[in-house]
Amino acid sequence: MSRPGFVLEVDDRTPPLVVHEGLGFRLERFPLGTRVVYPPESLPVVPDVDEAIREALLHPVDADPLPALLRPGMRLTIAFDDVSLPLPAMRAPDIRGRIIEHVLTLAAEAGVDDVELVAANALHRRMTAAELRHIVGERVFRSFHPQGLLTNFDAEDPEGLAHLGTTEQGEDVEISRRAAESDLVVYVNVNLVAMDGGHKSVGIGLASYRSLRHHHNAHTMVQSRSFMDHTRSAMHHSAWRMGRVIKEHVQVFQIETTLDNDVFPRPYDFFQKREWEWSVRDQASMLAVKRGLALAPQRLRHRLFHDLRGAYGLTGVAAGEVEAVHARTLERVHRQQLVEVQGQSDVLVLGVPYLGPYNVNSSMNPVLATCMGLGYFFNSYRHQPVVRPGGAVVLYHPLDEGFDQLHHPSYVDFYEEVLAESTDPAVIGQKYERQFAEDEWYRHLYRTSHAYHGVHPFYMWYWAAHAMDHVGDVIWVGADRKVAARLGFRAASTLADALEMASGTVGSSPSITYLHSPPHLLADVR
Amino acid sequence: MLALEMFRSLPRTVAGRAVGARLPGILSGYAAPLRLVTIDAPQATRPGWARLRTRLSGICGSDLSMLSGQTSLYFSAVVSLPFVPGHEVVAELLDDCEDLPAGTRVVLDPVLACAARGVEPCPSCARGATNRCARITVGALSAGLQTGFCHDTGGGWGQQLVAHRSQLHPVPAEVDDVRALLLEPLACAVHTALRAGVRPDDRVLVSGAGLVGLLTAFALRALTPTGEMLVVAKHPHQRALAASLGASEVVGPEEVLRRVRRATGAFQVQPELSSPYLLGGVDVAVDAVGSRRSLETVLQATRAGGRVVLSGMPAAADLSAAWFRELEVVGSYASAVHEPGAGGAWAGRSAFEIATALLPAPALAEVAGAVARYPLHRWREALDHAHGAGRLGTVKVAFDPRPSPSAPQEI
Ligand SMILES: [Zn+2]
Ligand SMILES: [Zn+2]
Repeated sequence: MSRPGFVLEVDDRTPPLVVHEGLGFRLERFPLGTRVVYPPESLPVVPDVDEAIREALLHPVDADPLPALLRPGMRLTIAFDDVSLPLPAMRAPDIRGRIIEHVLTLAAEAGVDDVELVAANALHRRMTAAELRHIVGERVFRSFHPQGLLTNFDAEDPEGLAHLGTTEQGEDVEISRRAAESDLVVYVNVNLVAMDGGHKSVGIGLASYRSLRHHHNAHTMVQSRSFMDHTRSAMHHSAWRMGRVIKEHVQVFQIETTLDNDVFPRPYDFFQKREWEWSVRDQASMLAVKRGLALAPQRLRHRLFHDLRGAYGLTGVAAGEVEAVHARTLERVHRQQLVEVQGQSDVLVLGVPYLGPYNVNSSMNPVLATCMGLGYFFNSYRHQPVVRPGGAVVLYHPLDEGFDQLHHPSYVDFYEEVLAESTDPAVIGQKYERQFAEDEWYRHLYRTSHAYHGVHPFYMWYWAAHAMDHVGDVIWVGADRKVAARLGFRAASTLADALEMASGTVGSSPSITYLHSPPHLLADVR
Repeated sequence: MLALEMFRSLPRTVAGRAVGARLPGILSGYAAPLRLVTIDAPQATRPGWARLRTRLSGICGSDLSMLSGQTSLYFSAVVSLPFVPGHEVVAELLDDCEDLPAGTRVVLDPVLACAARGVEPCPSCARGATNRCARITVGALSAGLQTGFCHDTGGGWGQQLVAHRSQLHPVPAEVDDVRALLLEPLACAVHTALRAGVRPDDRVLVSGAGLVGLLTAFALRALTPTGEMLVVAKHPHQRALAASLGASEVVGPEEVLRRVRRATGAFQVQPELSSPYLLGGVDVAVDAVGSRRSLETVLQATRAGGRVVLSGMPAAADLSAAWFRELEVVGSYASAVHEPGAGGAWAGRSAFEIATALLPAPALAEVAGAVARYPLHRWREALDHAHGAGRLGTVKVAFDPRPSPSAPQEI
């Protein structure tokens, strides 16, 4: 039986604790009384993955069994989550590939021959052939990719989009034409965090800028409290409204999967254990890794980390009607990630690791690091943020990785031009978002190369809008001072310095909470 | 009289040891081809000529490149050694000169064209394009494209010089010497702006925010229908000045291509082992630096069929873009007696007249405020200062060769 999440109060017997900081980590001694929130240990996994998939497809929730939805002459589209999930990528075979094989087998048995596979990458970069192959598996890749039947969604292809109408609030619903004109869309998901899945899958993953702009903006993001609670997230409300419009036009058969917390393979699994329980082997691994990182040049450290594959196990799979399926998914995600935390604190401490959804196989640039810390980790709460209004957030990341020209060309301009003028999400959204979104060159690089869409850095910045609105102080430990200043934040060399700098905001003996992640946790703040 | 004299041909001596040209201190060090000397003042014996007493004389970028031996050997045929440099001159007449009585304060159009040489006007001079004169090596004077490069006339870096009536422009009484010093460079900037052939709402790029770049930006805004104007500036005070002189945006040298690309919706390509360039870009670009880098930047940032104006004295550069993108590359040298590009109220006027009319603009007060003055004997310091002017927050360094200037001062 797995142990639940746990809040440790630091006392004089507490050893130094692991804090991630980009392509490295440090062992930090926290002030006495600091609360450290540990995620629950991994849930039991399904005993037989293929059996679980079959069971889900044949006995779906609030829907007919998949075979009953398949018939000769129909048009079937299988959409799936892209490379941004899970993090890190899962050891082969990827769960999506295994599910897709089952769906294809049933489709073949039913005589369906018009089948296309499309990655629901929205405005994310196109995946490379190798990345697609990793997700769908060798066999599926070979049967579909050469014929152009396995593609990345192209949100800028005017021929490839269909406008389905507007929601009662006037939001445009524009998604993949192939999906919109299919008799059935099967969506294959990986739910790493509570934010994913549900109507976010088709409604966002296969949507165009015209649709996304309605909820991906500073105003909506500030009103989303939190992203991990779709009932309290303005972004999700919008996606849900859109999902219901989609439902009127297309039948969606949603398949959602949840994973356990085994993010780090051996010998890196010490990262996901509680430090005072480290075995001799864990200690040795930790020291070896730390020493290796200290000696390795940046490139090697990058490889070391980015080559890691998650050792995830499948904790569940559900299929059927979107909202019903998602309810089950959320229940499992919560069981795996929720930790009850009593009350808010003055200071929230977060380690920003080497990887986020948008720098798979590339660099964690300062804008992405901000999104990881203030977008993802800050928002990993239910009910209320871990830090009180007007409190301080202390993040660990060197903010040094530079910009990947292939994947993030518009980020450079965003950092150099837009952030130089203002860091206020609402202001820059008003003034610059359209320009970037409609820039022909970015559009070209998004469509033909492997670049994130021109507007993407804005979305990253909007993710952080709620945190920026909520807290009084943001301080980065170990960060490049100039970079931190460009982002509108401050830098400190140690935690002690950071706390000293924040004392104007939170006083000289603040209450502190450290979210010990990854692996993921969701703080249920009472 | 006291004067600084350029006494050996740097293009020749330094071409052989090009390395030295890039070392700091070469301008003022012992290898410098410049010396402070007492020589006889030049005499005005021919009709139309008069003696002038220098009040201020600027150090121009072209002087610096001549002194550091970075100037092309091309120019060695159109100077006569030894000479007293200084072509940005504010002076007063020591003699009556035709309609101008002795004592008149004047600035100099330095070009030594047919009229000054006492020869029949060449076709260019006949049209008023005195800056294109074909006779700059003949006639009554030694070779010399301008005052300040000619053995016979003296130059502004000496206490006295001589000039021909055709070169003289009286300074209005209300204009002080420092602001008057801007007239010659401003006339050049007026010429450059008119050479740029800007059409309504053209997007214009000015690379460089030294005095040439700043005044060019100002002249473009004042005289042409320039739309968005992007100025490339390295130093903080240059950024502020560029903005006050009419730039819509000011960017650092590292950001130019990116800014232009975004502003114009251009595409960017990356050649192997070389710097990226744009397909698309600004309509008109002005190189007001003259370095290889600046020149290549303007070539790379101009749209196909656009125009590139060489205002700084150009270095060797990759001209592939000029060919492949069918750019019009035009030079801009000195200024003309009849500015061909000038329309409306300015038609038929000289660049100096136009510059004199523009000079009172409040925006130029700040530029004039960033002028530093040195007596001749502190020439080494002055040249070093001029070399690092951008970095040091100065836009112009000038000599004040008067015997006892009101103490050496930097304003
Ligand atoms: Zn000059
Ligand atoms: Zn002539």
